[in-house]
Parts: sequence; C-alpha cells; structure tokens
Amino acid sequence: MTAATDASTQAASSETRAPWALTLPALMLFVGVLVIPLLMTVMLSFHDWGQYKGIEPVFILKNWQEIASDPYYAEMFWRTFRIALLATLITAVLGAPEAYILNRMSGRWKGIFLLLILGPLLISVVARTLGWALLFGGNNGLVNKLLMSLGLIRAPLPFMFTETGMVVALAHVMMPFMVLSVWAALQRVDPQIENAAMSLGAGAFTIIRRIILPQIIPGVLSGAIIVFSLSASAFATPAIIGGRRLKVAATLAYDEFLNTLNWPLGAAVAVLLLLALVLIVVGSNALIERRYAEVFR
Amino acid sequence: MRTNGPLALIFHTLFVVFMLAPIVVVCLVAFTPEGFLSLPVNGFSLRWFRTIASYPEFVHAFWVSLGLGMVSSFVALLFAVPAALAIARYRFPGRDALAALFLSPLMIPHVVLGIAFLRFFTSLGLGGTFAALLIAHVIVVFPFALRLTLAVATGMDRSVEMAAVSLGAGGFTLFRRVTLPLIMPGVISGWALAFIQSFDDLTMTVFLAAPGTETLPVRMFLYIQDNIDPLVTSVSASVIAITMTALILLDRFYGLDRVLAGKSDPGR
Repeated sequence: MTAATDASTQAASSETRAPWALTLPALMLFVGVLVIPLLMTVMLSFHDWGQYKGIEPVFILKNWQEIASDPYYAEMFWRTFRIALLATLITAVLGAPEAYILNRMSGRWKGIFLLLILGPLLISVVARTLGWALLFGGNNGLVNKLLMSLGLIRAPLPFMFTETGMVVALAHVMMPFMVLSVWAALQRVDPQIENAAMSLGAGAFTIIRRIILPQIIPGVLSGAIIVFSLSASAFATPAIIGGRRLKVAATLAYDEFLNTLNWPLGAAVAVLLLLALVLIVVGSNALIERRYAEVFR
Repeated sequence: MRTNGPLALIFHTLFVVFMLAPIVVVCLVAFTPEGFLSLPVNGFSLRWFRTIASYPEFVHAFWVSLGLGMVSSFVALLFAVPAALAIARYRFPGRDALAALFLSPLMIPHVVLGIAFLRFFTSLGLGGTFAALLIAHVIVVFPFALRLTLAVATGMDRSVEMAAVSLGAGGFTLFRRVTLPLIMPGVISGWALAFIQSFDDLTMTVFLAAPGTETLPVRMFLYIQDNIDPLVTSVSASVIAITMTALILLDRFYGLDRVLAGKSDPGR
C-alpha cells in the first residue's frame, strides 16, 4: 500500500518536474541572451554620451529630451509611420481581392500561384529591393517607361530616394503577409453561404459586399497589423530605396550606432520604436478581437 | 459563381507580374554580357557569375552565411525540441508565458534585437565575433524551429510511445528510437525554415557583423550602398536560386502553405 502511494507520488512529481526540465535549457538561453540584452538596451538609452568621452553609465533623460524636443525626430517618426500606413493600405487594397481570386481557382492553379505569390516571402529582402532599385533606376527606369507608354504620366516620376519608391517597394515586400492572412480567413468561409445568397437572387457585387467582405475583414485587419508593424521597423528597403538622406526609425538607429557612434541616442530611438509598435499592435489586436469576437470563436 | 470572371483574371495577371517583376529583373540583369547595368538585356552571358569568384569577400561571406545558417538552426533545434515536447504534452503553470517568451523574437523588431545584441556582446568583449553572431541567430530562428516541431508534436499519436514504454524502453532510448522519428518531419522543416531565416537575415546581422564575419546579405547590402552593378545582381540571383531550392524541398517535405502560415507574424 505504501509502496503504491510512493510510486504514484513519484510519478506525479516527475510529471510536474518533466516540463520544467525540458524547457529549462531554452528558458536559461532566453533569459541570458534575450531578456538581459533588452534590459541593457533600455538602460543604455538613459546613459550619457559625448564625442570624446564616449558612453558614460549615468542615469539621465538627455536622449529622451532630445527626441522629444528636436522636431527632426518627430518628423522622422511621422515619416516612418506614414510610409508604413500607406504600404499597409496598398497591400490591403490589392492583396485582399487577390486572395479571394486565388481561393476560387481550381486546385492545381491555386497551388502554383500560391507558391509564386507567397514564395517571395522567403527570398532575401536585399535581392527583392535590389530588383525595385533596378526597375526604378533614374528617369529612364522600366517603371517610368511603362507608365509613360501607358499614358498614365507625362514626365518621369522620381522613385529612387523618395517616399513613393519606399512605399511601392515595401508594399511588394509585405504583400505575401496580407495575402496569407486573408487567404487563411477565406478558408473559414463556408461556400454554401455564397451559394445560398446566389439562389436568393443576390448579384456578384452584393455577394462580395454583404457576404464575403464581412467575413474576411478580420483577416484583412490582422494582416494589416502584421504588415504595419513590419513596415514601420523595416530596414533594408528604406535604406536601399531611401538612400542616405531619407531616414526612418530603423535606418536612423543604424546610423547612430555604426556611424555617429552615439549609442545611447540610438538605443532611445529603438526603444521608442519598440514601445510605439507594442502599443499599436496590442491596442489594435484588442480592438479587433472585441469587435469581431464571434469570428475568432 | 465559383469561377473567376475576365476582370478578375486580368487583375490576377497584373498582380502576379507585380509580385515577380523585381525578382525576374534581378535574374535577367545577372546574365547581362555588358559591363554596366542595362535594361532590357541584350544577349546572355555567365560573365558576372564568373566574376563573383574573383571577389573573395563575397565568397567568404557566402561560407559565413552557410555555416551560420546550418549551425544556428541546428543549435536552435537542440533547445527547441525538448521545449516543444514539454509545451505540447504538459499543462503546467507558466506554460503560456513560456510559449510567449519563446515566440517573442517574432514580435520584436530586428533593429531592436540587433542593437540589444550589439550592446550585450560588446560589453562581454565578443563584439564582431562569429560566436556572437551564432548565439544571436539561435535566438532569432528559435521561434520557427519551435513552431514547426510543436505543430507535429501536438498532433502526435502517443500510443506508439506507450507501447515502447510497456516493452521496457525509457529515457533517451524512447526519445531516440520512437519520439524523434515520429516528429522528424516537423524537425526537418523547422530546421529548413530556420536556415532560410538565418541565411536571409540582414537587419539584425548588420549590427553584429564585422569585417571577416560579414554574412552574404550584409556584404550585399554594404556593396549596394556604394554602387549597384551587374555583379551584385549575379550574387542576388545565386541567393535566389539557393532559396528556391530550399523552398522546393520544404514544399515536398511539409507543404509550403503550412510553413508560411507559421511565418505570418510581426518581427522582421
């Protein structure tokens, strides 16, 4: 009797110890090499820095005051979020209909085009942005030639080193995330509802507006959150298309760290970007989940 | 109603052209016989692919990227597989918090991670070393390794394990002979996706790499900052070819839509 109880307590205690033993190595790794460095970065943003004295480990608000008072930073953050928002809008307007069209294709074509559209997600961002730099390429770039031969514009538009170019290239880089998100939402839509609406005499446009759209809006919104937060913290595309003058948060932080060497200020920019994104993402997630609770159930 | 009308197909065609244009252009320009960038491309030559060989910094960067990708995704799996098994099988206090912590590198912008690791490793005297790059990459690819392993481990039939236990298997034998083979598809796909993530990462790595430990994306980025010429397009085309190969393997092993569903999270 006592032996049996012993065995069962032993089994129970190994049952409670096992998950911790299995996760402990990863937990130690994450605390040691992720949590501590992040805390050090937050601390760094409160340190002092001078051209000659380097980093001084004191606690001051100098960097935060500089960001708050110098309009350069306000303009830079505003540009960062403006570009991210425009890129998000483009991906939503183009990506949602495309996901819908993809979803209605027959099996084999669906697979091929899904691979073609989502595949670029895994191709180096540097290579994809280089492609846009080649397409934009000055006044006689392919994009301008095409737009002019279609009669859409008279004079070549500047794309390189402009926000327009950054928005187009970012929208391209982020597009697969939106298609994927809307496509996932479409998988939950029952095609019978569409058929029912049709049998009751609804036209194609009514079906899209009244049946499809309400059901995929949560997918569009969660795609938008992903695209926005990735665009706002993007580095490669703004750096290559925007050049050295047109800075966004990520490229400015890079400059402070590797060119100016003002690490505390760069850390403050990065921490602020992280805080802003966490607030935006958590806030909009909560809003979406409350508004569309029935869809997520 | 289940078929696409002509308007939808026109939109679809334009969309696919938009998605593929930059990638196709890079690959076309890579085969130019000219000594400068020219579009459209006249003729076909492998000249710029041969030129890569005479730029040791690109060749070296390629080996750094390859080694870093393979080792970091393997090390990530060493930590991720036990963690995935624990999360998939046990309900324990702190389980959700742990899972959130392990997936958090997806949510943190890579610029912030790059800065945090630069600060951390410099203060340890490891700035610019391969070891620093390796540890940083392990953290960044960990969520991908964890997710794909978790997906397979969660749906696993445990009766085979029970049978093995009843026949006297235990501990490591049980894991090596029964559990690991069962979760292998997830582990291999997790490794492949983690490899691609590591191989392509620029934003975090650009903060950590020093001359000698520059990865291929970092080398390409620094080169493009100075000038864009056919050489960098042929390097890019090679990178695209490598990624495509890994993609096709992933699709065969696991199904690309499932892999990509695991990637759709904020973080880059």
